[in-house]
Amino acid sequence: MVIVALPWMILFSPLAACVLITLFFLRSRVMSAGLAIASILISFAATAAVFFQLRNNSLINAFEQSFAWIRMGPLAIDFGAILDPLSVLMLLVVTGVGSAIFIYSLGYMKDDPSFPRFFACLALFAFSMIGIVLANNFIQLFMFWELVGLSSYLLIGFWYEKPSAADAGVKAFVVNRVADFGFLCGIILLWSASDLGAGRSFLFSHLSAVVPHLDKELLHWITLLIFCGVVGKSAQVPLHVWLPDAMEGPTPVSALIHAATMVAAGIYLLCRVFFLFEAMPQALSVVAHIGAITAFLAATLAVAENDIKKILAYSTVSQLGYMVMALGLGGNIAGMYHLTTHAFFKALLFLGAGSVIYALHHKQNIWEMGGLLKSMPVTGGTFLIGTLALCGIFPLSGFWSKDEILLLAASHNTLLYWIGTFTAGLTAFYMGRVLWIAFLGEKHSSPHPVRESPAVMTFPLIFLAILSVIGGFLGIPHFLRAAEHAEFNFNVAIFSTFVAVSGLLISYLVYGKRPRHDPLEKKLGPVYLLLKNKYFFDSLYRWYVEEVQQRAAGLFYLVEKYVIVRLGIHGITWTAKGSGRILRYLQTGAVQIYALIFVLGVTYLFFRLGGMR
Amino acid sequence: MTAPLGPLSWILLWPIIGIAFIFLTPKDKISWIRWIANIMVFLSFALALEVFFSYDRTAGGYQFIDKIPWVKPLGISYHVGVDGINSVLVLLQAFCSLAGILVTRSIKERVKEYYILYLMLIIGVYGVFLSLDLFFLYFFYEMAVMPVYLLIGVWGSTDKEYATMKLTLYLTGGAVLALIALLALYAGTGLGTFDLVAIQQHLAANPLSPQLQNWIFPVIVVGFGVIVTLWPFYTWSPVGYAAAPTSVSMLHAGVLKKLGAYAILRLGIQLMPQAAQIWMPWVATLAVLNILYCGLISLTQKDMKFILGYSSCSHMGYILLGLACLNTIGLNGVVFLIFAHGIMAALGFALVGAFYDQTHTRNLDDLGGLAKRMPFVATCFTMAAMASAGLPGFANFIAEVMILLGAWDKYRWQAILAVLGIVVTAVYMLKAVRLVFHGPLPAKWTHVTDAKTIFQRLPYALLILVLLAVGFWPSLILRNIEVGTKPILEQLEHQSTGTPVHQAKR
Repeated sequence: MVIVALPWMILFSPLAACVLITLFFLRSRVMSAGLAIASILISFAATAAVFFQLRNNSLINAFEQSFAWIRMGPLAIDFGAILDPLSVLMLLVVTGVGSAIFIYSLGYMKDDPSFPRFFACLALFAFSMIGIVLANNFIQLFMFWELVGLSSYLLIGFWYEKPSAADAGVKAFVVNRVADFGFLCGIILLWSASDLGAGRSFLFSHLSAVVPHLDKELLHWITLLIFCGVVGKSAQVPLHVWLPDAMEGPTPVSALIHAATMVAAGIYLLCRVFFLFEAMPQALSVVAHIGAITAFLAATLAVAENDIKKILAYSTVSQLGYMVMALGLGGNIAGMYHLTTHAFFKALLFLGAGSVIYALHHKQNIWEMGGLLKSMPVTGGTFLIGTLALCGIFPLSGFWSKDEILLLAASHNTLLYWIGTFTAGLTAFYMGRVLWIAFLGEKHSSPHPVRESPAVMTFPLIFLAILSVIGGFLGIPHFLRAAEHAEFNFNVAIFSTFVAVSGLLISYLVYGKRPRHDPLEKKLGPVYLLLKNKYFFDSLYRWYVEEVQQRAAGLFYLVEKYVIVRLGIHGITWTAKGSGRILRYLQTGAVQIYALIFVLGVTYLFFRLGGMR
Repeated sequence: MTAPLGPLSWILLWPIIGIAFIFLTPKDKISWIRWIANIMVFLSFALALEVFFSYDRTAGGYQFIDKIPWVKPLGISYHVGVDGINSVLVLLQAFCSLAGILVTRSIKERVKEYYILYLMLIIGVYGVFLSLDLFFLYFFYEMAVMPVYLLIGVWGSTDKEYATMKLTLYLTGGAVLALIALLALYAGTGLGTFDLVAIQQHLAANPLSPQLQNWIFPVIVVGFGVIVTLWPFYTWSPVGYAAAPTSVSMLHAGVLKKLGAYAILRLGIQLMPQAAQIWMPWVATLAVLNILYCGLISLTQKDMKFILGYSSCSHMGYILLGLACLNTIGLNGVVFLIFAHGIMAALGFALVGAFYDQTHTRNLDDLGGLAKRMPFVATCFTMAAMASAGLPGFANFIAEVMILLGAWDKYRWQAILAVLGIVVTAVYMLKAVRLVFHGPLPAKWTHVTDAKTIFQRLPYALLILVLLAVGFWPSLILRNIEVGTKPILEQLEHQSTGTPVHQAKR
């Protein structure tokens, strides 16, 4: 069957591109871009082939291949691939949106001297991300999980000469490492409990059979620890701090990695191992609440931000919060649904922002923009579509997926429903703010005329805009085999639309007349200060690193210097001083003599002992 | 004994021949000296590769044996051979010594003497891993330690007199303790032989009395623990590495240091499994101190080589923790990590040397932005840093995961703290990359140039290639390791249940 080779083709074609570029084409712009784009298109085509096979032949519900990677005594680690509706949908998103963004980068990165390196890193990312999606066991997933962390680090710090970019890369990697500490402990804990007579295993298929037999208390810990990994990768409170800083990377990177795919890996992980969480109401409740808090906090932070990319970054955090909340409410289908539509419209918004930044010569402050809809009609128009989709306006894709989540919340947890709905209003408000200030109103005086971006950049915008519009009609929940697909509820839909529209209207009332400064600054007073300082999360962490960790390390160093070294060495050196003096006389500096003495000594010993024969 | 010498003896002989040739070469013919040294080390390297790949895994046991009786009354003989474990360690030494001799090009003063001493160091380290006779094992060990004293004292940097004295005294002190333990073993068996194979077979059938094991074992652990920087006997190592010339740091941190772990495994755990069960839990706790304490100190350091030095002490904690597991996953993980960390450490020190030769400072505050001038070195260093931080794709990840899995059941809290150590490593390694290679390029470093020629790039590329190859395809070395650890694990299993293994396989 053809399907056997396809997953490996999907996985390894970007890796091949990355290796070839790194080894041979670091100076060739044409070859590097060509290889990278060809590789992602191959992956996309292969994914499409799998998709059609899977859809036409409804008998194949899931297809799994597995090879023994490490077999050593009681340790068995596999390397395999799962193709089921969940992974195929995710693959379509990764390679489809990825293709659009790879092509877009041709235009956006045109003038960059490190153009080939950029494409090598993008290809590395594609490989790692596809690896996460295909993984059929925890170790393989964790490996690719770390590799996307690496590619994220490399791409955030792509312009490494810039201190802020270099710092942001380190921050992203370290924050994710902290989260992965919990994740890895969770994986090992689960592994250690997975022996039901047939040995321990990391395989998802094995583990899902084991879960019903596990001690509930233990499973509780395991789920929470694994959720730690999600909190890091998907930027949930309190580890969300790395994502806004990650906007230091080139904009296509922000669109692909820090909006559409990598940050969604946490959601994908939760769906993949949902069998662990299913029967754990307490753990699910933690997940749901973390998600809701994140959705709300990040939306408020977006209100006080002026950098267009950071607004979108907070929006991403907030939307990821929605997805996590959906999963916490037991709605893995709803979560994946929102992940997909969000990938469409958030990638669109980021690429639109990138197009604007490109046209304005790297200006990112929305207060320095204006009237962009007129000067950049394609960018402006598609950005408008993306905004409306994000706000959840009927009948765009965001409406359908957000509606499913709110519906779920309404039927399970009223508090979360209200948080979700209020956040939807906030979302409409901060996106309306960007629209009124940057895209509508009159033009901002600018030394250069603002022109529409080239076709290589606008074509992906149009592609993604189409997906953002029709995303709700593609039958995604059906494809995911939604058994308990929620009935459409008119009350919830009407009310959430009402909230979104009012959010847009309020933002018009505040920003419609294009004030020079943010009027909220005065009106909100201390609250605004709180928002400007990002709820002091960063300050708290900085305080911890500088005052606690660095001091503790310094203290250790003092102990080392004054206790261990003093007691240890000086004890030895004092006794050895005598011999040291003699050695000093020998230290004439002529190395030949040392060597000679050594060799003579050895020879002497050799013959002396040899003579005893 | 007229049997022709096998490949293992030739691994030792080529560098000896090299020393002889270099002795005869006039000292101003520097390029001749270089070529002789490089070729001889390459010949040993090729033989080591051949030994590794032709080791017969189905037969197992010691192979490629050369045995020449020497001092019969004392039972000393020249006896070399490799089992699965040694074959991997010899491979490690082969790669590190080849990379090391290539990097030695940067030495400009007293070149002839340097090469002679460096070849002696290489012979010593090979010898330790090849010897199956305790006397020769000890002899080769001293042969490795003594040239280092001069290499650091004469060609070193930062505080070299203090450092070389400290390093030599510590290592000799540890060696003396180890010697006492070895002599006790020699006497304890009552066989009157230093032959390791004979001692192993004898002790497998007739274990030492628990009382005797109980005092010899900790002496071995501490004696050899000094070399593998068991907490708190590690302070010689960062100072020593910082002062040592690049190629010496590479061999020392990469290979020589691992000798302690090898000896604890081979002489401690294998010969005295009962005492190991009693004492190793203490080592597990000290191992965590290694990991976290040295890791945190690394955070405070400004000198790049001190960061790597403390980092390597920190990583030795994983090796010690793995040794303490005394189970299949843990012990195989240890040998795997010895290999992976050895290559990575050699790579790290080599790369520090690559920019230090031009900047003459390793202080993080003075450096910055070097990636602009030396992209190749920067890329390699980032890869070394990532390997050190346990990134998948590099061999270190698999080794560390194996050790964590092995330790999980027995030492739950130690294992959790060891996972935390991976976070700490990421912090200081990325900080180092950030401060040395990223950020704006200061005007004073605009003259720095990258490694450009194939010869300059070869040592780094070679080591990275090994890390990646083993990282993607672990069974490459794991198959040999498994064969090697099997008898040790059998010993552990039988002796802890009280039934001695009769007649261990040869």
